[in-house]
Amino acid sequence: MSDITKQSLTELVDNIKNKKLSSLDVTKAFIERSEKSKELNVYITNDFTSALDKAKKFDQKPNLNLKLPGIPMAVKDLFCTKDVKTTAGSKILNNFVPTYESTVTENIWNEGAILLGKLNCDEFAMGSSNETSFFGNVQNPIDKDLVPGGSSGGSASAVAGQLTPITIGTDTGGSIRQPASFTGTVGLKPTYGSCSRYGIVAFASSLDQAGPMAQNVKDCALLQEVISTYDSKDSTSVDFKRNQYSKELTNNINGKKIGIPKEYRVDGMPKEIEDLWQKGIQYVKDCGAETIDISLPHTSYALPTYYIVAPAEASSNLARYDGVKYGFRAKGENLIDMYEKTRSEGFGAEVQRRIMIGTYVLSSGYYDAYYLKAQKVRKLIKNDFDEAYKKVDAILTPSTPSSAFKIGEKTNDPVSMYLNDIFTVPVNLAGLPGISIPAGHDSKGYPLGLQIIGKAFDEQNILNIAYAIEEKIDFKNKITDWWIK
Amino acid sequence: MSIDLKTIKHISKLSRISVDEKKAEKLADDLNSIFDFIEKLNELKTDKVEPLTSIAETTLKLRPDDIKSKNIREQIIKNSPQDNEDYFVVPKVIE
Repeated sequence: MSDITKQSLTELVDNIKNKKLSSLDVTKAFIERSEKSKELNVYITNDFTSALDKAKKFDQKPNLNLKLPGIPMAVKDLFCTKDVKTTAGSKILNNFVPTYESTVTENIWNEGAILLGKLNCDEFAMGSSNETSFFGNVQNPIDKDLVPGGSSGGSASAVAGQLTPITIGTDTGGSIRQPASFTGTVGLKPTYGSCSRYGIVAFASSLDQAGPMAQNVKDCALLQEVISTYDSKDSTSVDFKRNQYSKELTNNINGKKIGIPKEYRVDGMPKEIEDLWQKGIQYVKDCGAETIDISLPHTSYALPTYYIVAPAEASSNLARYDGVKYGFRAKGENLIDMYEKTRSEGFGAEVQRRIMIGTYVLSSGYYDAYYLKAQKVRKLIKNDFDEAYKKVDAILTPSTPSSAFKIGEKTNDPVSMYLNDIFTVPVNLAGLPGISIPAGHDSKGYPLGLQIIGKAFDEQNILNIAYAIEEKIDFKNKITDWWIK
Repeated sequence: MSIDLKTIKHISKLSRISVDEKKAEKLADDLNSIFDFIEKLNELKTDKVEPLTSIAETTLKLRPDDIKSKNIREQIIKNSPQDNEDYFVVPKVIE
């Protein structure tokens, strides 16, 4: 069977279950394509040799009752994988080999999947273009020298470029949804507390969530079903009744009320994005849903709030990197000098910038003016959503204010880089689920995404809406394999 | 408000990241443009708003403090930049 790598996860699972394909066939196909795709720079670490061994072992005694039987899968290098190097895209963790497995990846391997390798990402997930990675930028399979978005840029490129059937990313302010939008793929950021954070390199603990990145909504639902579990090892994991997301998936969204927030019509938004949004509104109506104009009045305060809360939490989380027990160490004249040089040489510019912002907003004399203020505004932002959800079941917006941009285009201006996340950040601040699905192309032929935001723990509903309009949109990703000679 | 070089030096000390003059100037520029953008929050009156301190409205659960990973001392030590038998080695702290 040729073109194994073109198949969706669901198709591959069916073909393995029906014994039309073996795990080894599938694993080999993705490894071969990955070997030919080095120019995309999606892998930080590959684990191909042991992946082939695991596939052979699976085929000898296949358990076909599992949800991901013998499916090879690469994951973002922010998830700790036992005995496989985990770098978080940073020099400071360049030689770190975890002694434990993250809960989310453990759930995936327990359902029969096989680790292909660890995918590039912005350093400590801080970035919107994958350009802050110590391991270099990632190419977008859509076009040469185009960013894949970030921070889960390697994950997005790997799925779009068919180097892994599906993957997982993490999303603190848009790091799953924005790269999904830039690469024509589907990305779900679950409700805070849905997926365990245990074993994920921490960035901003009150915002971080792991989630699936896939070629289509059904695959995305299947992986969400696998990774979302209650976990006593994460004190913020929530014990709620989880759906069988892929089995319960339906395109019947008749009578659903979908909110259209006027504040997302931001200044300077390209007409193409506005047009896409209007098309999205028509699609949900065609599916029998009703749209209602709503207001989320504090939307424009979300980014400034995020750039206090996230760096504050990051500065605290990243205090552990001191060059003592693991990771990179620089030489110093004494202990303090060693700490300062280790952190100065081990962290990249963006990470240092955010640690500095965070340290400043938490420092004596500034805490009330910045951090406390941001926590209060965060409450107002959450209240906006609570108010809106009295009237609607979900909210439809564009995923990003533009399509993917060129490598190097925004690296000198941190604020313009931050503006990329204007539509995704409020969702993290309110702890809600959001999904980005590809919905069209701009005039350059680059993909554009629509975002559906749900009520807390209502992943099934936004997956259903996404599934229904996916059918209407009938999006085809334009992958030319330009990087394969 | 403007963040001057003296403030940058102070934050650098608090965050244990050494910065030279050139880096300090670049950081001051970047942080000033970021804080200009953050100042927007002052448009809002928030005296009567309760801060949001936890997004997951759940009470913390207790679990037994069981030891689950065993005999990983060697692997843990192996990750350290410098070790001596079962210890992490750091530059001398007591004269």
